[in-house]
Amino acid sequence: MDDLLKEFLIETNESLDVVDVELVRFEQDPNNAEILRNVFRLVHTIKGTCGFLGLPRLEKLAHAAETLMSRFRDGTPVAGEAVTLVLSTIDRIKEILGELETLQREPEGADTDLIKPLERMAQQAGAKTNVPPAAALERLLRPVEVSLDELERIFRETPAPSPVAPSVKVEKLEAPAAVQDDEAKVAGQSIRVSVDTLEMLMTMVSELVLTRNQLLDIVRRHDDSEFKVPLQRLSNVTAELQDGVMRTRMQPIGSAWQKLPRIVRDLSAELGKDIELELHGADSELDRQVLERIKDPLAHMVRNSADHGLESRAERIAAGKPEKGIIRLSAYHEGGQIVIGMADDGRGLDIKRIKATALANGLATEAELEKMSDAQVQKFIFAPGFTTAQSVTSVSGRGVGLDVVRNNIDQIGGNIDVHSVQGKGLSFTIKIPLTLAIIAALIVEAGGERLAIPQLSVVELVRVHGKSAHRIERIKDAAVLRLRDKLLPLVQLSSLLKLDGDQTIPDRGFIVVTHAGAQTFGVVVDSVFHTEEIVVKPMASKLRGIAMFSGNTILGDGSVIMILDPNGVSQAIGGSVAGAVAAAQSDTRSGDDTAVEGDVSLLIFRAGSPQPKAVPLSLVTRLEEIDCATIEFSNGSHMMQYRGGLMPLVCVNDAVKIKREGAQPLLVFSDGSRSMGLVVDEIVDIVEDKLDIEIGSHHAGVLGSAVVRGQATEIIDVGHFLPLAYADWFRGRDVRATHQERTLLLVDDSAFFRNMLSPVLKAAGYGVTAVSSGREALAILQKGRRFDALVTDIEMPDMDGFALAEAVRSEQRFAEIPIIGLSSSSTPESIERGRQVGLHDYVAKFDRQSLIAALKEQTADVIQAA
Amino acid sequence: MAIANQSAAEAITEYVTVTIGDHMFGLPIFRVQDVFVPERLTRVPLAPPEVAGILSLRGRIVTAIDMRMRLDLGARAAGAPVMAIGIELKGESYGLLVDAVGEVIALPDSECEAKPANLDPRLSRVAAGIYRLEGQLMVVLDVDRVLDLRNVAVAE
Repeated sequence: MDDLLKEFLIETNESLDVVDVELVRFEQDPNNAEILRNVFRLVHTIKGTCGFLGLPRLEKLAHAAETLMSRFRDGTPVAGEAVTLVLSTIDRIKEILGELETLQREPEGADTDLIKPLERMAQQAGAKTNVPPAAALERLLRPVEVSLDELERIFRETPAPSPVAPSVKVEKLEAPAAVQDDEAKVAGQSIRVSVDTLEMLMTMVSELVLTRNQLLDIVRRHDDSEFKVPLQRLSNVTAELQDGVMRTRMQPIGSAWQKLPRIVRDLSAELGKDIELELHGADSELDRQVLERIKDPLAHMVRNSADHGLESRAERIAAGKPEKGIIRLSAYHEGGQIVIGMADDGRGLDIKRIKATALANGLATEAELEKMSDAQVQKFIFAPGFTTAQSVTSVSGRGVGLDVVRNNIDQIGGNIDVHSVQGKGLSFTIKIPLTLAIIAALIVEAGGERLAIPQLSVVELVRVHGKSAHRIERIKDAAVLRLRDKLLPLVQLSSLLKLDGDQTIPDRGFIVVTHAGAQTFGVVVDSVFHTEEIVVKPMASKLRGIAMFSGNTILGDGSVIMILDPNGVSQAIGGSVAGAVAAAQSDTRSGDDTAVEGDVSLLIFRAGSPQPKAVPLSLVTRLEEIDCATIEFSNGSHMMQYRGGLMPLVCVNDAVKIKREGAQPLLVFSDGSRSMGLVVDEIVDIVEDKLDIEIGSHHAGVLGSAVVRGQATEIIDVGHFLPLAYADWFRGRDVRATHQERTLLLVDDSAFFRNMLSPVLKAAGYGVTAVSSGREALAILQKGRRFDALVTDIEMPDMDGFALAEAVRSEQRFAEIPIIGLSSSSTPESIERGRQVGLHDYVAKFDRQSLIAALKEQTADVIQAA
Repeated sequence: MAIANQSAAEAITEYVTVTIGDHMFGLPIFRVQDVFVPERLTRVPLAPPEVAGILSLRGRIVTAIDMRMRLDLGARAAGAPVMAIGIELKGESYGLLVDAVGEVIALPDSECEAKPANLDPRLSRVAAGIYRLEGQLMVVLDVDRVLDLRNVAVAE
């Protein structure tokens, strides 16, 4: 291509981007003559260059736009439609430029559809303004002509005072000169370098880094080498060079935002909403490769926000919000990452609607949704094809969206989080690495091969051996790691990659806990070496189909190793192991529970007295030791910030004092999104023993005493403490009852409540058999086991409480068993339904007092009846 | 050699000859970047069987293709010598693993014969033609087709 033309294209495209942004600014701030001058100058330059290069079509367009803008400069009030018209003209110019680039010549066509209205508007504007008649021409200016105003302006602004009355010819020469002067200043500080050159530089530097690593490796093996000192210098210089070259690839994120003001402006016109776009931290820099990948996702998210995030004007006023909606973008550096925030003050996510859509799309069952926290529900918006928009607009709501956004971000090793407050707004936080070219990676070995795992995906390293607290457990064929509160699916790298070596997961070894997308899993490796800065090289095209690898790299010793792609591994696990784990997880739970007579894991601790206390381990979500400095005292109670929320702290009894310094042990209990910290003096042990509460207790918060490991131990009633933390967690106080042994079957799909209720009911004198589903309950009954009562949760997946009651009632031999329904919602309709299917009583789920009262009544009935 | 006397007007192609199994093959020299001894070959898990691995050659990542596997000529005995022919394709580097590299010979294009119809289909797929040399045949390899791994599984 003609060099001149090429230069023109690059420059004009850049100018047009600026014009876009400036025009939107100008519309908001019409009195800012500075902005107008800037826009005017750019358009004028474009017009001038077009004339020079012989591009008449572009020239005519630019001229028409310039004429209209000159009216604004003359003081005509700026109308939104005029700006829209100029913006569409800019778009047309861009289109023509695009064609010009491919065709190498100006495409045919007249742009009367734009030029006519531009001229008309300019004329009207001209008529309204008080232009001195002498200066006004009877006709519109022809392309190369300059209005008298402009001449005067140039005359005023020309720095060199000319004693002679300047001729038009001189003006024409001097005007561009003045402009060029400005540009020369900027040009002196920066030069244009092609991206290819930079890419090549980066490759060369990468090679240099590798060679340096190789040399260092050699020198390390020779103790007194004379190379040592110069090599050290080479090493430093290389590091600096690497840094410098990386910086040339850095671009301010603002360049990805450049198109946003225009997008928002157009949307706000199209949707009839008042939208303000705030941009903070536009000069935060990141690698251009990364920048390219997030440009479109960001624009997409802004569109989304404008379209269904922000309410209509009327809705906002009704909600008592300012008429103008705000979309705020921010960016800052944190560690090796850039954190990009996008927030709006719109309606936020509608949890109900997301749930309904998730249900309709089969993403989750009603029971699963019931148990999910709002934060978990919100994550559904990233599911493929997910949209809650009721109408599909031209802007968004077509269901292609956030899943693509998330994919893009996943691909560059970043992650995205959503936070929403209904009625207040929605915010996204995106964290992405600053660069993709050189990354820190953990070098591991599996099946005799070394592999690199990107450090950003590595959560922690766990070493498992016989005595460690973390154990590898097997549930059916799936191996899992019990790590604190979680069961992590495990995958052996060597078998995943079909390498040689032992394919079974050993009981000891190294586990790299890895995070990808929404999944956390453990990768079992043979050994772990070290972390190294590696230069990422793309996979050869022949090997790109292998999802497990994202690239390869050359190590210091010259060997090539593969870089593991955590996303690929996550997907490979997704179908197999995770599913098995999820199934197995519920399996073991129910397995444990049916065996009430069997051993229970108990957490032994001390609080306030030397006598040990215990609580069923399954109730405890996490054990924590926290720094006392993080404990705050507010509103009459102790609390701390925990996992993004405030967690109240409750002492087991008055004798326990929260420590003033050092580490404070806590038992954390969670249900859904709520957590409570129980303050204890010391966590002693975890033991497996029979939980046989032998003596009831008068003390609040103590279920009774049991012999655990040969020692009398107080069994703590967690249910007592929960309402101390949250008044509405449960209602009612500890209830003691001394009954003769009666048996009951407890059916609840939630492990938490099964574990919660079993000891309570046991303490009330019942022999409890707990199962996790209606079908299991039915199976046990049909086997001929007798129970004095059946206590069932109503909301359960598959077979709910009503269906269970119906099934039980349909068999003659069970006709006498009292059935008590537990439900979190008790509407008159559901109570009526319960009566119809044969429930004897209907109790709110958290009301233990009523439950025990109801049980007493119902089982007494049985005795009377018997 | 006789061909040295050929008139300059006749088109002549130079070939790098290689041995794979018991066969002799020729690669047009203009496609051959270099000849090297493959060292520190890293296996690529889950890769197609023809991909012997990857290695670093002067800072470039080279994908090594095992020609014995590619042409179905049986596995190489352990410890047997291996040479690699460096090839560039679309900006990427490949190394064709062969048993031995012979001399470079210049042959007139006119003497290149069409491959016989009964040639082993695996060979036929990647052969561009055949030269009848003294005492043996030399199959000219079409480098692009050799590297087109997609056509491996066809018509098995």
